Amino acid sequence: MGKYIFKRVLLMIPTLLGAAILVFLLLRMAPGDICAVRYLGTGMAISEDQIQLCREQLGLDKPQLLQFFDFVWGYFIFDLGTSMWTGQPVAHEIGIRFELSLQVAVMATIVATVIAIPLGIISAVRQNTITDYVVRGFAIAGIAIPSFWLGLMIILGLLVVTQAWFGEPWMPPIQFKSIWEDPAHNLAQLIWPAVATGYRYSAVATRMTRSAMLEVLREDYVRTARAKGMTEKIVINRHALKNALLPVVTILALEFAFLMGGLVVTEQVFNLNGLGNLMVDGVERQDFTMTQNLVMLVVIVFVFTNLLTDLCYAWLDPRIRYS
Amino acid sequence: MVTVSEVQTEAQFEEVAPKKPWTKVAVDLARRQPLGVFGLAIVIVMIIAAVLADVVAPFNPLEEHFDAMLAAPGTDGYLLGTDEFGRDILSRLIYGSRTALLVGFVCAIVGSTAGLVLGVASAYFGGLFDLVLQRILDVFMAFPLIILALAVVATLGPGFENVMIAIIIPFIPQCARVVRANALAIREIPYVDAARALGFSDARIILRHMVPNVMAPYLIMLTTFLGQAILLEASLSFLGLGVQDPIPAWGLMLTNASEFFEGSPWVAIYPGVAISLSVFGFNLFGDSVRDVLDPKLRSR
Amino acid sequence: MSKYARFALALAVGTGLAMGASGPAKAETPKKGGILNFIVAAESPSYDGHKESTFAMVHPTRPFYSLLIRVNPENPSSPTDFICDLCVGDLPKPTDGGKTYTFKIKKGVKFHDGQTLTAKDLEATYNKIIFPPEGVSSVRKSFFKMVESVSAPDDETLVFKLKFASGAFIPAVATPFNYTYSAKDLKEHGYDWHEKNVNGTGAFKFKEAVAGSHVEAVRFDDFHMAGKPYLDGYKALISRKMAIRVQAIRGDRAAIEFRGFPPKQRDDLVKALGKEITVQESDWNCVLLYTPNQGRPIMQDPRVRQALTLAVDRWGGSQHLSRIAIVKTVGGIAFPNHPLAATKAELVRLNGYGTDLKASREKAKKLLAEAGKAGLKFELLNRGTDQPYKIVGTWLIGQWRQVGMEVTQRVEPTKSFYNSLRKTKEFDVSMDFNCQSVVNPIVDVSKYVGSAGNNYANFAGKDQELEDIYNQLVQEGDEAKQREIMRVMEKRALSDMAHEGITLWWYKINPHRSYVKGWKIAPSHYLNQSLDQVWLDK
Repeated sequence: MGKYIFKRVLLMIPTLLGAAILVFLLLRMAPGDICAVRYLGTGMAISEDQIQLCREQLGLDKPQLLQFFDFVWGYFIFDLGTSMWTGQPVAHEIGIRFELSLQVAVMATIVATVIAIPLGIISAVRQNTITDYVVRGFAIAGIAIPSFWLGLMIILGLLVVTQAWFGEPWMPPIQFKSIWEDPAHNLAQLIWPAVATGYRYSAVATRMTRSAMLEVLREDYVRTARAKGMTEKIVINRHALKNALLPVVTILALEFAFLMGGLVVTEQVFNLNGLGNLMVDGVERQDFTMTQNLVMLVVIVFVFTNLLTDLCYAWLDPRIRYS
Repeated sequence: MVTVSEVQTEAQFEEVAPKKPWTKVAVDLARRQPLGVFGLAIVIVMIIAAVLADVVAPFNPLEEHFDAMLAAPGTDGYLLGTDEFGRDILSRLIYGSRTALLVGFVCAIVGSTAGLVLGVASAYFGGLFDLVLQRILDVFMAFPLIILALAVVATLGPGFENVMIAIIIPFIPQCARVVRANALAIREIPYVDAARALGFSDARIILRHMVPNVMAPYLIMLTTFLGQAILLEASLSFLGLGVQDPIPAWGLMLTNASEFFEGSPWVAIYPGVAISLSVFGFNLFGDSVRDVLDPKLRSR
Repeated sequence: MSKYARFALALAVGTGLAMGASGPAKAETPKKGGILNFIVAAESPSYDGHKESTFAMVHPTRPFYSLLIRVNPENPSSPTDFICDLCVGDLPKPTDGGKTYTFKIKKGVKFHDGQTLTAKDLEATYNKIIFPPEGVSSVRKSFFKMVESVSAPDDETLVFKLKFASGAFIPAVATPFNYTYSAKDLKEHGYDWHEKNVNGTGAFKFKEAVAGSHVEAVRFDDFHMAGKPYLDGYKALISRKMAIRVQAIRGDRAAIEFRGFPPKQRDDLVKALGKEITVQESDWNCVLLYTPNQGRPIMQDPRVRQALTLAVDRWGGSQHLSRIAIVKTVGGIAFPNHPLAATKAELVRLNGYGTDLKASREKAKKLLAEAGKAGLKFELLNRGTDQPYKIVGTWLIGQWRQVGMEVTQRVEPTKSFYNSLRKTKEFDVSMDFNCQSVVNPIVDVSKYVGSAGNNYANFAGKDQELEDIYNQLVQEGDEAKQREIMRVMEKRALSDMAHEGITLWWYKINPHRSYVKGWKIAPSHYLNQSLDQVWLDK
């Protein structure tokens, strides 16, 4: 097992380095620069020398190789540099948004798990019945509906419904407050995006639960258990579910990792000041230091989650380790 | 699974498309995969709308009617109402299905086929080529889909072709990975060695023996990508990086609608429904394809 | 002054009418207290007014600072009604043939940290703005080309010496970005300190900011205007999506957004909330243009460019687009309704402004055919911003289609849009705009001259006649003659040579919660944002 872990960790190095190179190059290949966004977008007459000055101050005239070295070296000395837009340390900017993104991810995971596991099991146990079709339809719809559209509809619905019922339109707060500071305010804001993303997320997980259950239900030991005359409930809960959970947990973990930085669109709809929004801003402003570090953060979380799930598999299934 | 002979695998593959009268096949399929057939029906309606757009659309999708801006559904023959320029929403949805299908099919086919080629080649040649290619794919796989697409389209700039490229790139490694895993299993089969010993060319072995045997995962990935591509296009459009006006496209319609949907909800509802329904159709169909092609999941 | 009175009146009437249900602002007694929540559509890179040029900095931070002079918050629609902020009495009359301005500075003005303001602080501030040391950014120093020196002979006197008399000086001083910093802060903390730190003499003190989320401020008790400010504080909430901004006002998460909403959103809000919403509207000192790239062979023939402008139905567009986009007024190169702007009778004589649309479009087709360019195909470069760029761009394409042109649209995000416009110059026709803070047509129209840094039509050096006309305009002192020259310039730039095509002037619409009082709309989203006179009727 030790050797397997070592091998897997070693393989991460080229992946992360490659991702760093890819992000670095993609950003710099994009036309335009941050100083143009800062000064020209307003339509005021700003002279070219001021724009040039801005470029120099941001170090955009430094050789690219040096910029790349700075970027990668930052990970070894735990200094991610400063945002080219706000001038604040990147770690600080990420820190501000981390709690929100983490909370939305956790809440969406709870929503998804609560919906997905029971539905997936029912669907598998009653395969090819009306129940199965309804559940699958519900799940596939979750994947098909763009979550930002669902978000727009939720907000509009809230405004219209509250005005009709209470006379005063109500919308979720648009400013984040920590759950420790003001739980009511916090939940009033975050429950909606958690539901909108949790639904899509549950759809993915429902499908995975269903197929994992189907697979397990066909295994010999389940047949044996059935043959031994165990009740269906015990067969499912004690034997099948336990073994079907691994792929489900995997998909939940991967989705969770994705939610930490991938809510680029949903965060816009709900005006959430999270990591996804920061990424969209970074890309729009051509803020190299911010965007490259943020993308790398997502990549690192993603790669580590992958590693952990693989290790879990290997631990549970010795065949993988030795192949 | 590892010890199936060539004859067996080919027979297994044959089973996917049995030589029965098509009516019987259809009835059979409808009974076994009612959801899949429903999905297929949605897709077929979409294809018909796209092909016959010139005939079925009541208006020119680009024509502006300033006397009927944001007209409610049903007024003056605008069945689903009009958008902010008075353009007929139904007609734009019908023409938009062309864009959606084009994005969906081009991205899915190009993405999965490139993945197929890379995956099979990687498995077949093995060694250093496999190692290097796998590390490169690892890099691409390390990005969440939307993030990679966002980064690529930010680099290339918005627009029809660029959006498709941005969607295709993240698809390739996903398909390559799955195909390679399957192809590796095939490669272990003695007949591939036998074929090699007989002096068959690499190309022949790959095309005749390996590719047909990874068709199942290939088709599964392809159908999965169809819906994903349409959704990704809509998401990129929402960020202002997708297809641009005046091309009728659903994601774009939805994006423009986000300015006007409060007072005129139909401008957002119908394109949203069109996207959801088509992705729903593609996914239902894709699920059934998976059920049929993946023997492990096939119903007893 | 008389030349502007007419203009000010026109705007004031327009504003008053737009106040709708609540009627023109009556002299009500302001109530004290309350927190004003308002929305800002973007986030500023820093808080340093001298370095930035975005409203996203002005709205949250302008109340922290004072200016030497400012637009009159009671009459912000007038382009010449400036009053003292840190100076005392009326605006000083220039002496020395218009070359010396001497300001008397208010006594006892406190900074938020307790320092007392003197003329030395203003001297340091203006020296930083006009004569920044090497490597220090001051983006509007070119506004002060006429200034020779700034000095403070004593603590209560500030003297500007000019190289030549200029009507552009006072508006430049009134520019809302000229935040007054303390000389001590600049000396002790350096010229970058104000990017992230605040110490001003404004009505509000900085309390808290969370990047990407909000800026919070509290009342400054030692503010130099007695009894003000009325509010206990304010919170500027950042929201990028238009839908959210509108919904925030509807759901009362915020009371106002100072930049402006599209007309449709105004209608939705009024429909949903009735009297709880008050709407203020004004012409806006921003204009949306399209610019044909004369570096491209297809755009070099003036007949083709004339055809472009002739195809556009401005009068109809004004009616239609003003229902969905933040544009409305048909105008020439000068801010509409300004004494220097063209009347309708003058406008209709220009290509593309005629009232007989059919005739104009026939003429466009004829010109295209003559130029051998019937069925012209080209690409319109546009900026990826919905309001008003994408809407007007899409509308323009529809207009050009009416004369047989086939136009596709390439939309780019701001960063690459300006790259294509300025650096690579890869476009056939591009959307473009001109947007300033203080209304000053003679300065503002410099954009239309080929040699201007912000003219992207690529005909520099090819139209000397236009350059000459503009130079004549700048040097002309007489108002009537200025107006005449402005007409000649307009005809040359927009009609005969058709270097640029003006689509429509922007129209500023601010629907806000009716309990917000004391804030009056100005013809620019940069102006009148000190908030000291704003109060809440709750």
